[in-house]
Amino acid sequence: MAKEQLMSYEDAIERFEVVIGLEVHVELNTVSKMFCGCANNFGSEPNTNVCPTCLGLPGSLPAVNRKAVESSIAIGLALDCQIASNGRFARKNYFYPDLAKNFQTSQFDEPIAFEGEISIELETGEVFMVPIERAHMEEDAGKLTHVGGATGRIQGAEYSLVDYNRAGVPLVEIVTKPIYGALDKAPELAATYVRAIRDIVKSMNVSDAKMERGNVRCDANVSLREKGAEKLGTRTETKNVNSLKSIENTVRYEIRRQAFILAAGGKIIQETRHWHEDRGHTSAGRPKSDADDYRYFPEPDLVPVQPSKEWIEEIRQTLSEKPALRRKRLQTAWGFADLEFRDVLNSDLLDEIEATVSAGASPQSARKWWTGELARLANAQQVAVQDLPITPEQVAAIQRLIDSGELTDRIARDVVAGVLAGEGEPAEVIESRGLKIVTDEGALIAAIDKALASQPDVMEKIRDGKLQAAGAVIGAVMQEMRGQADAARVRELILERAK
Amino acid sequence: MTEITSSSAAVLAGLISSKQVSSVEITTAFLDRLEKLNPKTNSYLHFNRENSLAQAKKADQQLADGTAVSPLHGVPIAVKDNLTTTDAPTTAGSKILEGWVPQYDATVVRKLREASMPILGKTNLDEFAMGSSTEFSAYGPSRNPWDLSRIPGGSGGGSSSAIAGHLAPLAIGSDTGGSIRFPAAMTGSVGAKPTYGAVSRYGLIALASSLDQIGPVTNSVMDAAMLQDVIGGYDPRDSTSLPNSLGSMVQSVKEADVKGLRVGVIKQLSSDGFQPGVKACFDDTIEKLAAAGAEIIEVDCPSFEYAVAAYYLILPAEASSNLAKFDSVRFGLRVTPDGNPTIENVMAATREQGFGPEVKRRIILGTYALSSGHYDAYYGSAQKVRTLIQQDLAMAFTQADVLLTPTAPTTAFKIGEKVDDPLAMYLNDVATIPANLAGIPGISVPNGLASEDGLPSGLQILAPAMQDAQMYRVASIVEKLYMDQWGASLIARVPDLEAL
Repeated sequence: MAKEQLMSYEDAIERFEVVIGLEVHVELNTVSKMFCGCANNFGSEPNTNVCPTCLGLPGSLPAVNRKAVESSIAIGLALDCQIASNGRFARKNYFYPDLAKNFQTSQFDEPIAFEGEISIELETGEVFMVPIERAHMEEDAGKLTHVGGATGRIQGAEYSLVDYNRAGVPLVEIVTKPIYGALDKAPELAATYVRAIRDIVKSMNVSDAKMERGNVRCDANVSLREKGAEKLGTRTETKNVNSLKSIENTVRYEIRRQAFILAAGGKIIQETRHWHEDRGHTSAGRPKSDADDYRYFPEPDLVPVQPSKEWIEEIRQTLSEKPALRRKRLQTAWGFADLEFRDVLNSDLLDEIEATVSAGASPQSARKWWTGELARLANAQQVAVQDLPITPEQVAAIQRLIDSGELTDRIARDVVAGVLAGEGEPAEVIESRGLKIVTDEGALIAAIDKALASQPDVMEKIRDGKLQAAGAVIGAVMQEMRGQADAARVRELILERAK
Repeated sequence: MTEITSSSAAVLAGLISSKQVSSVEITTAFLDRLEKLNPKTNSYLHFNRENSLAQAKKADQQLADGTAVSPLHGVPIAVKDNLTTTDAPTTAGSKILEGWVPQYDATVVRKLREASMPILGKTNLDEFAMGSSTEFSAYGPSRNPWDLSRIPGGSGGGSSSAIAGHLAPLAIGSDTGGSIRFPAAMTGSVGAKPTYGAVSRYGLIALASSLDQIGPVTNSVMDAAMLQDVIGGYDPRDSTSLPNSLGSMVQSVKEADVKGLRVGVIKQLSSDGFQPGVKACFDDTIEKLAAAGAEIIEVDCPSFEYAVAAYYLILPAEASSNLAKFDSVRFGLRVTPDGNPTIENVMAATREQGFGPEVKRRIILGTYALSSGHYDAYYGSAQKVRTLIQQDLAMAFTQADVLLTPTAPTTAFKIGEKVDDPLAMYLNDVATIPANLAGIPGISVPNGLASEDGLPSGLQILAPAMQDAQMYRVASIVEKLYMDQWGASLIARVPDLEAL
């Protein structure tokens, strides 16, 4: 495919107004599926969590999962939505082999939650209110694997495999109204918004919220219009963007791509697009026009969901602290500077640091471990820092040994390496690797004397008041002790010898 | 054995529970008869002697052990082939499901098994229950035991011909616009469509979900009441099933008393468009009821005029979606076309070859009615008519306890007579459709033979939603008035099939 031409981002923003709209699908972590009793379980053997209902066998009927409704209402409330007193399901009709019934049971004109908003704070501190149009319940489709063929897509595949384990997994789709006025911040706002949604559903424990597993997926709608123009431009919808970084990149790319086309007098084609993180661009998918006809009609196999006021209030009482409030509370409690705290948020380490502090480490030391050494190690191994095989409790334990003088920073890093290598708890690593600081002063003094003997002028210099000359001896001693000495104590001992 | 196969289910149940005749003996008698005569009536699509007898044997054993619980314990039954059964193919009368053996039992089938009622076999129907004659079955039409050149009604003509031909003492039907009641009228049997939600639809291959209802097809009102008591009740697997009990139908039949009964005659369904002999039978029923002391009231249901039109938008709309799952991917027929067998082409070829003409007609109609730009004009308007019909009926039921109509405009017509005229076929259901649109119960009981052709006529009794007991009460009154006159049930007059 020919590489698409792009306008520079700055020029695009200068000339056009960006309008974005975001659809976020959240997979709920209910025990069972949306309309049947099958396990909602990621990673099972294909087609083992299935029954007549989620396979769409003739004669089968759906029955609504009460817990899924409860989670959907909770999400609606967290987004300050109104909750429908009569939420009907609807059928969205289209043929596709991952869709067992060839229609998706969803909600159309009567979503469970509607008319909400969420405040999103950007890195600059600027706050946007993102208007929420609706949050509705629906079922996920099965998973297709296309075998053979060059593209991995259904076209050209030799055959395709369908796994219906995911068919019928409950989803909540959260749809924003068009978001105006984000200007050059549109890509950042999109990513920050999705992160906010992810944090909310995670903190409420209604979803596992793992983007890499598709628990939270985003479709990003982008359109441009000439500044001052009334009419909205034609939009594209980039489907299933699955990381925060990709969302930001997708929006930025679409702005530049569309700007180039519009500036050259071209027309934007209304279509779905796909984001390729490895190549850094989107590509055209299916043309999507308003003529797409899903023949929605009310689902006749289900009675409407009619949550009572009491039930809604009950759910409201159980809502956990909103992520934005929690962040404010933690920053204040920990006394982090804005920049420090932003680092923590950007690396998504709030939970880890909070747990490390709870386990006894000071906030600053916890922050330094997670955003420093551990982030570096994770980066080197190309894994998420959260996925490193070390717990906040272990980090706190190592920090305690530093604070009590039993480890130096340098040795502590070796202990961390041992824990990551699977050598056991910090204490076990220290034991097996022999990483205790040498506190035997006799051994230290012997090493100092040996070093002084090879550098006889050092003593003279120190006695003349040039204390920095001790550095050379400290280095030699530390080398002799293979690093397992407290450099400060070594320094003290040298100065004592010089008296 | 003639005595057994011509007895009512209530009588057979008595013989079994008093251990005068075993379930195996009764089941054997029906199997002998249906194996011999089914080639004439084509009532059954599948039957399996060993399987049925194994169930009968188990029923007898339970009786011997003293663990029998159901009032119909051991009485065999025929099941329409659009209910899933794990031990028999389920085709819904379609080629697209030929050979499919479901992995699960319909709730109604499960209840029959729990009541230890041996299943004799699966009965014929118009493909996916779309039709009024069984001529749209992919496996050939069933024939009416009163005259084998005539239709037994549809879609449940397999069940109605099995009852009238004494190939089963009881049968299960499904009724979307009259598929239980119309065949009952055509064959002189009793057929009841309970209130929407009174019987679980789980395992019924859906035609139109908001209209479908399972019910009994029998020799007598008591038999129907006994069967509804067995199959009815809330089912968590069907969220449209009614959570509260409708009471005992059998009790209501026993307490039948005409005193104080207000009978409504619907202006729009009592004069025009009925065969004279059918109309005469209807007038006769009204006279009999009046003479017995019932108050007769004419009620007005002006929206009924639009019922058939609304029905033929709502039904195809829901059916077009319900039938989308027949795509060759997970079960049933798969046709791989030559050339380029992409998934779209395989789906299209399978549906092209697997569906018959009436099914395709309704899928196209329904797809069109739901299309954007047409939705409001068609599906939307039809739903409004549905509301108006419900309002008409609500008003009528303030004046009368039950409403009476002829079940069908005519007696049984000849096979081939209407098969190429969809409109004429659709109008067979003009009197039965309103009950489905409103979700109310309706029953057809025989009320004589039309003078011009000597074929059975049916009387339809409609009651308010959830008042199925009231419907059975009045059906029993009507039945008794005719039994007093005839000395036996109408079905006793069916010609000897063995001689035909």
